[in-house]
Amino acid sequence: MSAIAERVKQIIVEKLGVEESEVTPEANFQNDLGADSLDTVELIMEFEKEFNLSIPDDQAENIGTVGQAVAYLEENVK
Amino acid sequence: MSFKRVVITGMGALTPIGNDVATYWKNLVAGVSGAAPITRFDAERFRTRFACEVKGLDIHDYIPRQEARKMDPFTQYAVIAADEAMKDAGFDADTLDLDKAGVIWGSGIGGLKTFEDEVLNFSDGGRNPRFNPFFIPKMIADSASGVLSIRYGFRGPTFITVSACASATNALIDAYNYIRLGMMNVCISGGSEAAVTNAGVGGFNALKALSERNDSPETASRPYDKDRDGFVLGEGGAAIILEEYEHAKARGAKIYAEMIGGGMSSDAYHITAPHPDGRGAYMVMKNTLENAGLQPEDIDYINTHGTSTPIGDPQEIKAIEKFFGEHAYKMNISSTKSMTGHLLGGAGAIEAAACIMAIQDQIIPPTINHFTDDPEINPRLNLTFNTAQKRKVDIALSNTFGFGGHNASVIFKKYEG
Repeated sequence: MSAIAERVKQIIVEKLGVEESEVTPEANFQNDLGADSLDTVELIMEFEKEFNLSIPDDQAENIGTVGQAVAYLEENVK
Repeated sequence: MSFKRVVITGMGALTPIGNDVATYWKNLVAGVSGAAPITRFDAERFRTRFACEVKGLDIHDYIPRQEARKMDPFTQYAVIAADEAMKDAGFDADTLDLDKAGVIWGSGIGGLKTFEDEVLNFSDGGRNPRFNPFFIPKMIADSASGVLSIRYGFRGPTFITVSACASATNALIDAYNYIRLGMMNVCISGGSEAAVTNAGVGGFNALKALSERNDSPETASRPYDKDRDGFVLGEGGAAIILEEYEHAKARGAKIYAEMIGGGMSSDAYHITAPHPDGRGAYMVMKNTLENAGLQPEDIDYINTHGTSTPIGDPQEIKAIEKFFGEHAYKMNISSTKSMTGHLLGGAGAIEAAACIMAIQDQIIPPTINHFTDDPEINPRLNLTFNTAQKRKVDIALSNTFGFGGHNASVIFKKYEG
């Protein structure tokens, strides 16, 4: 697992109160990890803060799973 | 249409002198002060560096971390107090009509810490407008009633009353009236506040409302003492379960007391100062006794607003003497804020609980920290100084007065079937 994936997992565990084992690449924030729409907004903000970047809204809308978040960040974090 | 009777069937408390009703009451009767140096934030540069904080509390013993972090402390306090009260009331989840169950809570300010944290974050972050999505739902004062409604599935009337330091009393009056009118059977009422923050202490300091007796926090809240110098900020809250009498009787509920009246008045005078003649205080007591159908001689105990401010204390006392006449010298009067500090919008809730327990145990909790008589306060009054007093307590009155000139009082009576 990449360093980015590990940090993403920790943020999700912290914010959503789920077990690490649940945070699989396929896991959907809302369908699988118990997040509501506000939780998802907060998660995106945490990713922005942790990785010091800005995720435009139209990109954020496409981040629904753990894997999609990791892929976006691996591509955009300098 | 005849009004229904309303009884108290559950209580919960989270206070600076006890994190449940039993401990709170034991310490009230024992005369324990809840004041101590502030731990919630670094108060070193503040004029007042002490408060009555809730102590020894790990929120996560009561509320899972993921839920707790979406609540301002004033809502966390509401949940902890309400959980105790709901357990105490012992409703049967299978038969309780949730559409006829409500939540009417009081808070003077709401999520002050949440507001402060988010704005500080905005300011420290170069004014980049990135606010947490939970900011508004955590901060708005009604969130406590919303969270409690969701928590217990109560689908009747749910809202918050805001009238500064009278808020929880207004909540109790609304709950009482809606049950009397048959609009609900059961209501979680009460109130909570969590204003021991930079902005809370700093704001009240700017008003010169707080005691600055930093060298002796535990003796700082001294209502009716000649050397009182302001109120001591407190935090916490209490939940009071109000229930329609026949509903309570049908399920064999434990009944603490009956609520028999509530009344309001306004000073229409000044945004923070009470009317110097105690006009509003006089009228609220008059209105409340009329609402309850009582005569002045019927009152055994008044739990006063008595915040320990130089101008507030005498005007309430003068109003009591004027309204009650000779009976003013026959009843017991005390300010339990001498022990708990002033919980602002939560004050009416913890003081209602004190009145109900006084009726239960037939004992008056004291006004502690009395050292020097104030020539402005008539020594014929029994202000229950320093030590609890046993006496017959059938009927107790609780007074609360808020900034804005809002006055609200409630009356509880011994339950007699």
